[in-house]
Amino acid sequence: MSAVRATRRRRYLFDRDGVLAPMMLLPSVVYIVALVAVPFFLAIAYSLSDVTVGDPSFDYVGLRNFRAVLKDPVFRRSLTNSIFITAVTMVLVLVLAKILALVLTRDFRGKWGVRFLILLPWTTPVPLAAIAWLWMLDSLFSPIDWTLRRLGLLEGNLHWLGNSKLAVASVITVQVWRIVPLAAVIIMAGLAAIPQDINDAAEVDGAGFWRKLFEITIPLTLPVTAVATLFGAVLVFTDMSVVYVLTRGGPVDATQILPTWAFFRGIQGGDLAQGAAVALFLFPLLLAMAVLILRSVRRMEVL
Amino acid sequence: MAIVEVRHLTKKFEGNATFAVDDLDLATTEDEYLVLLGPSGCGKTTLLRLIAGLEQPTSGEVLIGGEPMVGLPPRARKIAMVFQSYALYPHKTARKNIEFPLKASGMEPGDRAKKVEWAAELLGITRLLDRRPRHLSGGERQRVALARALVREPDVFLLDEPLSNLDAKLRATARDDLKQFQDRVGTTTIYVTHDQVEAMGLGDRIAVMSEGRIRQLGTPHEVYHDPADTFVATFLGSPPMNIVERDDVLVGFRPESLLPKGVVEPDDDAVSVPFSVHRVENLGSERHLVGTVSGIGADTRVIAMLPSTVSVEVPVDETAEFVIRGADLRFFDKDTGGRTARRRL
Amino acid sequence: MEAPSAATWRRRRRLGRVGLYTLVVGFALFAAFPFLWGAITAFKADQDLYNRDNNPFLFNIEPTMQHVRLLFEGTAFNTFVWNTLVVALLVVAITLLASLPAAYSLARLNLRWGGAMAIAIFMVYLIPPSLLFISLSRMVSFLGLQDSRWALVVLYPTITIPVSVWLLMGFFKGIPKDIEEQAMVDGYSRLGAFVRTVLPLSFPGMVAVIVFSATLSASEFIYALAFVSQTSQKTISVGVPTELVRGDVFFWQSLQAATLLVAIPIALIFNAFLKRFIAGFTMGAVKG
Repeated sequence: MSAVRATRRRRYLFDRDGVLAPMMLLPSVVYIVALVAVPFFLAIAYSLSDVTVGDPSFDYVGLRNFRAVLKDPVFRRSLTNSIFITAVTMVLVLVLAKILALVLTRDFRGKWGVRFLILLPWTTPVPLAAIAWLWMLDSLFSPIDWTLRRLGLLEGNLHWLGNSKLAVASVITVQVWRIVPLAAVIIMAGLAAIPQDINDAAEVDGAGFWRKLFEITIPLTLPVTAVATLFGAVLVFTDMSVVYVLTRGGPVDATQILPTWAFFRGIQGGDLAQGAAVALFLFPLLLAMAVLILRSVRRMEVL
Repeated sequence: MAIVEVRHLTKKFEGNATFAVDDLDLATTEDEYLVLLGPSGCGKTTLLRLIAGLEQPTSGEVLIGGEPMVGLPPRARKIAMVFQSYALYPHKTARKNIEFPLKASGMEPGDRAKKVEWAAELLGITRLLDRRPRHLSGGERQRVALARALVREPDVFLLDEPLSNLDAKLRATARDDLKQFQDRVGTTTIYVTHDQVEAMGLGDRIAVMSEGRIRQLGTPHEVYHDPADTFVATFLGSPPMNIVERDDVLVGFRPESLLPKGVVEPDDDAVSVPFSVHRVENLGSERHLVGTVSGIGADTRVIAMLPSTVSVEVPVDETAEFVIRGADLRFFDKDTGGRTARRRL
Repeated sequence: MEAPSAATWRRRRRLGRVGLYTLVVGFALFAAFPFLWGAITAFKADQDLYNRDNNPFLFNIEPTMQHVRLLFEGTAFNTFVWNTLVVALLVVAITLLASLPAAYSLARLNLRWGGAMAIAIFMVYLIPPSLLFISLSRMVSFLGLQDSRWALVVLYPTITIPVSVWLLMGFFKGIPKDIEEQAMVDGYSRLGAFVRTVLPLSFPGMVAVIVFSATLSASEFIYALAFVSQTSQKTISVGVPTELVRGDVFFWQSLQAATLLVAIPIALIFNAFLKRFIAGFTMGAVKG
């Protein structure tokens, strides 16, 4: 009797949440634990050790690497650059993306083509896009320089990537250029989610363009804007391809950021321990960004 | 305070073969409560949105208070509108919602607050003012939306199915409130609905619409008792008017006009018809008799409606003599569906 | 206050249109300029290109296909494309297999710690490749995958699975429960109901996952740079910027041709699926 019931119960195994749910979740969890959690803790272990490519034996050295890293002026430059570049990029992205999203929700001729062109920067693999910019900013043949020369505003060349201020500006420009479409598209989804009645009501209530923008549209798209900011900021903050392709961190570390510096130290320099220590500095900053933004989303969640 | 008029108004949406609003003429009178009634897709909401300025007409004119309005945005039209969904701003409190149009018109903060208090009191929502819309019930949201429309003191109120989001019980009281509200405010109001009970109960006049045109414009009494065509006749009334085909005309009569012999006093033109009852539905306040009527024209399935005060036994599957008074018969052209001259049967 | 006339409103509207088109053209130019210029560059002869006084936007000398041909015949570009396709295909497969059941489990099944799990998966997004690549470099060589595109096949799903789970969760939550319950009443198991009703309905979500995973495989840079240095194993994202350079000499025309040849097809795919992609993305992100 009870044996029969047992087999019957087994037959219905795939109906039981308690069995099915962990089973379905398992592959993803195993994958992520093995290749994200393990290397993450390994990175922490490395940062507390003296592991190098040449001498992979593990010796605990405490916080020595962090002390060394913090004393290193190049690291400090990288840290401030990372924060500065991300912050400036995101401010520009937010303003431009909001405008672009509003523009793209309007009707105009040739919309499909325009949308295609505007999305190009986002859909192009970043290293290749950076290559296109590298050629735009070429020290001799930059078409920007040529245009300025033609207009009589410039003699010779600007050396975009050779001048430390211009190099930082160039990195920011490329980041803004590639993130704006993504942010705009996310904000557009938020705009589309505003019921048409609300827009109509605002118009009937006598609100003009600006009042509608600041009192209705922007407040109602704040949560989705915050999401766009989070995604964009993480993308900019952790990207190394733009800097690597454009400047390799130069001139003289003027555009060095945390990911590139970790790469040059850890992989090219072979000092795994110090590289790991540099890279780990990304984490608390990312965490702070995420918490800050998600908390403000929750506070603004009104719908 | 203003007459709304549209002339030859036409709206065709891109990609649509048919006209949403088709060469339509309509004028309200001063301070009238006009109801646009019709099935969904008849163009009534489009007409309202054209008047509001939320849509631009393909051709034709919209006049409010005699002024041409085409080309002006909604905010230049001195109108207020209540939407089907109420369209309250979810991130603003009820107070801020009501205040919003005043702010847009540049009123001083002090005056604004006074105005909001006044409107809230009128609608009995003073204690709800500091709540967000999501913390309000359907009926409360409707009142906030009305208050928001009211504070602007518009020339015209436009209401787009404001009761359709309420449950049946609330709807009756809300309808009552709406009527009182209009009586007090006394502004020209255009009210869109697909619900004939709302239309009959609220409207000074009803414009019955279908396929982008007005089929009939008249008082509730007129559209019910003197329908201009078979569409109006069968759209209004529940159950709708019975239509029987006879030679080149259609003969129409309301279910409540088909009564057992002896219950009504027949007039000169009264017709006596054999009615074979198939089924009886007892609805409490009334009885619906579904059966086949002969003797008027072709044998046709019709419904007779007997109030519960008429207690005559009506056996099922038997034929009984029923009477329709001549004054209750309506005649329609078989081809056009329009009304034609009365004739003797 | 005198109400503005219809003519005033018309003028304002026309001004608005002018402003709109100005913005449209401005944005389109800013977005596309590097590519437009790249397209011109790709067909330029050397003597034309490397002359500072020539108008860079015009062909001062007959355009030539020479450098495009060089890209296909004289470089490993074809190999990079092939490697990218192989990696992308496998990454997409692994991602779908892992993330579909996981997302369903989190979105629908009654799981203890379900909420915490979902947040944990989101947190993975905050541990990016640039933080992990140093310790991973040791793990990769421990696994014997160094200098092989297989390292990328194994590692890219760590980026795509969390995002995809998040994205698909939003999709599954948007599918009415009634449909699965109907299937279960009709005699399918919970798993059967998922496979037969939920999966077909979540096709748009899967499209988003596929597009996202495939493009990530084509554009990821850090892992590809850190773990693969052999030309025959490189994907386009690292192959093009590192191999089309000889010493300090860039093959500019071929580089621009390569960029366009990769960018345009991806952009076309993205445009075709944009609506679904965005719907998936924001649903997952906002409703989470």
